[in-house]
Amino acid sequence: MDWAALSVSLQLATATCVLLLPLALWLGRTLAVTRSRGRPLGEALIALPLVMPPTVLGFYLMLAFGREAPLGAFWHAMTGSGLNFTFTGILLASLVINLPFAVQPIQRAFETVPSHLREAAWCSGLSWWETFTRIELPLVWPGLISAVALTFAHTLGEFGVILMVGGSLDGETRTLSIAIYDRVQAFDEIGAGIMSSVLLIVSFVTIGVVYGLARRKGGPGV
Amino acid sequence: MAWPGAREAQVSELDVALFQSTPIPLAAKFHCQPGELLALVGPSGSGKTTLLRTIAGLYRPTNGWVRCAGRVWFDTDDGYCLTPQQRRVGVVFQDYALFPHLTACQNVMIAMGHVPVQERRERAVQWLARVRLNGLEDRYPNTLSGGQCQRVAVARALARDPWVLLLDEPFSAVDQVTRRRLQRELALLRETIDIPMVLVTHDLEEATALADRLCVLQAGKTLQTGPPETLFRRPDSPQVARLLDKHNVFQGDIVECEGERHLEWGPYQLEVHADLGSFAPGERVHWYVPPSDVILHRRGRPSRGERENPVESLVTEVIVLGGMALVTLSFAHSRDTLRFEISTHAARRNGLAKGESVVVTLLAGGIHVMADTPIHEEMS
Repeated sequence: MDWAALSVSLQLATATCVLLLPLALWLGRTLAVTRSRGRPLGEALIALPLVMPPTVLGFYLMLAFGREAPLGAFWHAMTGSGLNFTFTGILLASLVINLPFAVQPIQRAFETVPSHLREAAWCSGLSWWETFTRIELPLVWPGLISAVALTFAHTLGEFGVILMVGGSLDGETRTLSIAIYDRVQAFDEIGAGIMSSVLLIVSFVTIGVVYGLARRKGGPGV
Repeated sequence: MAWPGAREAQVSELDVALFQSTPIPLAAKFHCQPGELLALVGPSGSGKTTLLRTIAGLYRPTNGWVRCAGRVWFDTDDGYCLTPQQRRVGVVFQDYALFPHLTACQNVMIAMGHVPVQERRERAVQWLARVRLNGLEDRYPNTLSGGQCQRVAVARALARDPWVLLLDEPFSAVDQVTRRRLQRELALLRETIDIPMVLVTHDLEEATALADRLCVLQAGKTLQTGPPETLFRRPDSPQVARLLDKHNVFQGDIVECEGERHLEWGPYQLEVHADLGSFAPGERVHWYVPPSDVILHRRGRPSRGERENPVESLVTEVIVLGGMALVTLSFAHSRDTLRFEISTHAARRNGLAKGESVVVTLLAGGIHVMADTPIHEEMS
């Protein structure tokens, strides 16, 4: 059993959820309430990772993270290190590939909040921020939970993109999925089996907890 | 209470004047005194709700002003516009817009930002009691009936201690029986409210029953404002009469005969009590007679007032609606028809039936003459 790989997987999934959630809330809400003509374009861009083959996406990300590319060069100038074959690199890749899984449920949830509820809140004296935290957020709570569940589970299972960008560095970029693949390549079917069961259980427990949270009546009251 | 940046205005009432040509044409001007209930009436798409949203600060037209309780809320002359939060309005939305994740009590408490936290619950319970919802404080909106939801919405609007109460078709989402009860409750509640109240409705009966004054709107334009009785008897224009569902509008000419002005209508010279001095002889006018001022002559038995504007006509329709019969008459010289109501037994006694000819009197005191071009309230 490769505990380092499990640790990398869990860290990656948690960090992806924590970083992606605020961004997804903002994007999902903006897409839900906007009347802009650019909306389909924005939606298409966010859905792109869903339809692209992971290896293709991984290849482009690998190129973008390279020191010759603007993003990689910028990162190197800022931090002095590269992005490819680092945890930061696979985290960045994970944020990109999980965008549709996080944004879409949140956007759907915001679309079900009638616009006049916001207006009723303003007319009741609630500021923009209070309206968001006390009215909108509790109402989109189930969508938020879905987004977290999907993002977490998808990150645990992601293989192609992570392999392209991160390779398989022990304790740095080797996630559990990649460790399983390595074990199978080395004809260690018992090791692969154990790790697969662990991944199965961890995924199941995570999703169970998350859906249990969604059951609870949303957010804080007055 | 002082609002940051709020400006004084020399008015105690709600005073609204809005002009805009696109995207929603508006040419509206009205005011509403504290304690007064003004109903904005008009067909769908006449801009009623837009006016309400403008008062609330949810819509911003290109020109005009909104002043309330000595404050300017909105004035395009210097780009001044308060947010809905700064305006202190109580709004009852058409579908109530209750927050589904909050109980009835929490829905009311959320509008109490100006009340100390520890007093909110108690005050909210009091508000709910005022709209007769005792015992339902902890229920969620999806467990309340339509009528109960409407009451929560009213309580929430008033809990803000607003300076103006806005009601957007507040009775349209409930059944007839509930509607009557809620209307009665609002009529009682408003006795205790001393702020301007603006009601948007397309139901004329509701407007007449509840409002002190009606403001008739069409295509965003305020055509006439006044007490229901005045509007129904003296509409400014044929348009207003039509929007108020009044028939009996005809075209005639002003004629002068021996120094007196009369109304010529086909072969008849109608006597009119109102002063016709503002109309020139020969001028084409519209005129209106309320159904209550049409008197049927009893067959073979001349009665008093028969010499007052007798008109011969043909019965084209008699519709019996319970105790009353709605009679439609047509005339040889006019395509317009005249409608009035008499009791069903009177209709039977007089043998009123389709195809019969009858004579009716048009009471001179009831005839209302309107200029061909509608008169508008002076826009200042």
